[in-house]
Amino acid sequence: MTTTDHDRPGSQGGADEPGPLHGGPDDEYPPERLQRMTREELDRLGARLDGVEILHTEPAPPPGSKVEKAAVRQVTITFLLAGLLSLLFLVVYAGSGWFLPDWAWVSSDDGWSAYFTPLLGATMGGALLLVGIGLVLYVKKLLPHETAVQDKHDGSNFDRVTTGATLMGGLEASGLPRRKLLGGVLGLMGAGVGVMIIAPLGGLIKNPNTGNPLGTTSWNTGVRLVRDDGTPIRPGDQTPGSLETVFPAVPGGDFQSDAATMLIRLRPEQMAENVPKQGQEDFGYGDYVAYSKICTHAGCPVSLYEQETSRILCPCHQSQFDVTQGAKPIFGPAARSLPQLPIGLDDEGYFVARSDYIEPVGPTYWNRERI
Amino acid sequence: MATSTAPQSSPARPAPPKSLAARAAYQVDDRLIVAGPLRRTLNKVFPDHWSFLLGEIALYSFVVLLLSGTYLTFFYDASMREVVYEGAYAPLRGVEMSAAYESTLGISFDVRGGLILRQIHHWAALLFMASIVVHLLRIFFTGAFRRPRETNWYIGVVLLILGLVEGFAGYSLPDDLLSGTGLRIASAIMLAIPVIGTWVYFAVFNGDYPGEFIIGRLYILHVLIVPAIILALIAAHLLILVKQKHTQFPGPGRTEHNVVGSRLFPAFAAKGGALFFIVFGLLAALGGLVQINPIWLFGPYNPAQVSAGSQPDWYIGFLDGSSRLMPAWDIELPGDYNIPAIFWPTLVAAGAMFAVLALYPVIERRLTGDTASHHLLQRPRDVPVRTSLGAMALSFYIVLLISGGNDLIADKFDISLNAMTWIGRIGCIVVPPVAYVLTYRICLGLQRHDREVLEHGIETGVIRRLPSGEFIEVHQPLGPVDEHGHGQLAYGGAPVPKRMNQVGGARRAVKGFFSPLEEPSQVALEDARGRALTEGADQPELTGSGRPSDGGRPSEGGRPSEGGRPQEPRD
Repeated sequence: MTTTDHDRPGSQGGADEPGPLHGGPDDEYPPERLQRMTREELDRLGARLDGVEILHTEPAPPPGSKVEKAAVRQVTITFLLAGLLSLLFLVVYAGSGWFLPDWAWVSSDDGWSAYFTPLLGATMGGALLLVGIGLVLYVKKLLPHETAVQDKHDGSNFDRVTTGATLMGGLEASGLPRRKLLGGVLGLMGAGVGVMIIAPLGGLIKNPNTGNPLGTTSWNTGVRLVRDDGTPIRPGDQTPGSLETVFPAVPGGDFQSDAATMLIRLRPEQMAENVPKQGQEDFGYGDYVAYSKICTHAGCPVSLYEQETSRILCPCHQSQFDVTQGAKPIFGPAARSLPQLPIGLDDEGYFVARSDYIEPVGPTYWNRERI
Repeated sequence: MATSTAPQSSPARPAPPKSLAARAAYQVDDRLIVAGPLRRTLNKVFPDHWSFLLGEIALYSFVVLLLSGTYLTFFYDASMREVVYEGAYAPLRGVEMSAAYESTLGISFDVRGGLILRQIHHWAALLFMASIVVHLLRIFFTGAFRRPRETNWYIGVVLLILGLVEGFAGYSLPDDLLSGTGLRIASAIMLAIPVIGTWVYFAVFNGDYPGEFIIGRLYILHVLIVPAIILALIAAHLLILVKQKHTQFPGPGRTEHNVVGSRLFPAFAAKGGALFFIVFGLLAALGGLVQINPIWLFGPYNPAQVSAGSQPDWYIGFLDGSSRLMPAWDIELPGDYNIPAIFWPTLVAAGAMFAVLALYPVIERRLTGDTASHHLLQRPRDVPVRTSLGAMALSFYIVLLISGGNDLIADKFDISLNAMTWIGRIGCIVVPPVAYVLTYRICLGLQRHDREVLEHGIETGVIRRLPSGEFIEVHQPLGPVDEHGHGQLAYGGAPVPKRMNQVGGARRAVKGFFSPLEEPSQVALEDARGRALTEGADQPELTGSGRPSDGGRPSEGGRPSEGGRPQEPRD
């Protein structure tokens, strides 16, 4: 390079000679010597410098041989197909709704729009798979197979000792090992700053015990039981043995996580063997009983009612509750009965709650019994 | 390198090269000085074994996840604001739902190509977790976690857990009925934590469940916090891997102080690239052709509704299973406190499982007293206790996983649901010890068979009748034999060939599928030449290794060109 100019202003700070070159053993291998070597020799030389020895190379099929031609043909066809498929993807993607039928799917359509996404998947997947397969074929059939071995080195004692000396030197220079008080204050400061930085996360904390949100629902004295379309229910609307999900007649009542309730009309046989929970014998109305729909195990809505066996099954973890025994759990991981809603009739003859649930609904927690 | 004779004003530097590419490369290196590190990288040797690609599958699925996930964020609205659906999917028009669910429907029906990207993303998440687990099993059963690689084992376990969290947060985002149910269960699990459960629950949901915050919080967790940590840990995982170099299976010439394989460039890079395209292609095909998580069929989340047979994504399934199997054991404590039954099979069980998994390297080190560095892998059969412990843990996990879908099995096979629960309850206690014993016996059996082949040779299938009338099978010894005809090769921890074809019993096949591409006589000639070449000479060390199909066999002749013809059969 002849453009080096050491005489320009600013370069006069002192002796400005280039240091030794960075990296390889340039002194041992001056340019002329490297120039005399073949490319393969250079490759091996560099590899050796990196601790890699090429032990064995199984050559690629000789150029012009039948084997090579066949392999090249295979790879070419694979890559060509990959290109064509990606083109096809573009045609389907951009052409739908332009020169092809519209892609937007309507449930009544079994035509083009139903095949749009599968076609995209087939073309895109096919194209990418073929790229991968083509590459594999290339490596397997057209590249020489090389077996190389590289050395693994253990840590150097020299490095450890010198690095340790530098680190300990710095620590020594700081004088911290001697200045005990400063060290202690530093630790205290670190802890303080650390806690300060994460302290704003305290904004996430909310007191779960203010106003007893876990122990109450929007059921209350005189609140009507309504279906999800808002219609109230009279005795006689349901056939014996049926179950209906009801909600409190309050705004948004059908979307509250703890209010959903099952209104069950027992069959006469079930009535005969009905053993309500102690103290809750009068919670039902005639052959109607109402239980919380929220499983006491993990809070899923228990939904599957098998009236022949009087069992309600939770589909999440298969706890089973017997509606003729106060919705007591009889199988599965739930340990508590479904809470029962005391129900009655209002002046117009519609079902109403006589009070809120007398215990928290939903999954159990640490201090549930104390609420 | 350094020399004190440098101060010539112009060190002998060659003229810049002529060709355009070389000139550009020269210019770059003149500024950045990267030729040295680049050459070291290109020369890095990677062992060739298919099982080393499992982790790569996880890496490539993660790349696909990042690409497809970024695309999805262009359209997704992480809000629980109530809206009325007016989009393209007719059956849900007029239904009230959250903006999150509406925008997910929008991605599926109103964005051109949105559905395939959404499904690619979901499939990629399933594959990501699956490949992590399979990669972990490979590392475990071959002992690759041993010193000095414990750090990467810990990072891997953390990645596995983060993957679970990331997946759960991700599939909760559509706010559909299925994922909402999962979120409801997650809320119950938080509530179940002793003492602070309700506080945790209120902190996460910003009040009572579900509140209006959780989707937004899950979103930022899913698209920023967790992926950033995963990305950083993957980077650390790979850096440590490069730094420590790969492990390898034992074989000729392979030692604790080297790596035998092929260099990064060009062969391994091309293979890695090929695998990336194959993984991506597979995911794209799945995303377009195989429906996953059809949220429009589930409907928007409603706390009062649930669908039967609701299953989480597979990687959460074991927790669902453990919750189903747990007996109804609420623990009543004095003072009217209690610990709910769901606490044990979820937080405690998962915590214990992951803790044991993470600490396994330490546990094994303590038990065996083996604190040495290891770079050669072990065959699972050679470490029967570890292999059996792994089989035991795996069988426990599988029982839980199956129990996570026990309602579907009960339904499809017409088995009582309660019977399925009991099968799982008994199974998770009985199956693991049985798996331990069986695996242990199988390991010993395989070990003995290896020794037997080394001692007596390969069964050739040739039956010979002796003059005395006795029938014997001719065995092919693998190496030199003593005066009794017993092999003298010791077992070296590498696979022992057990079929004649593995020691060159068959000639190399003539290439060509429809018609021969090679002259058969030429191949035969090559065969003969290979034989002649190896007869005098010692077995060239290492030549057969490299590729697993013919590599890593202690006494294997492999292909004729590599020597090691079988000797004349001996009795």
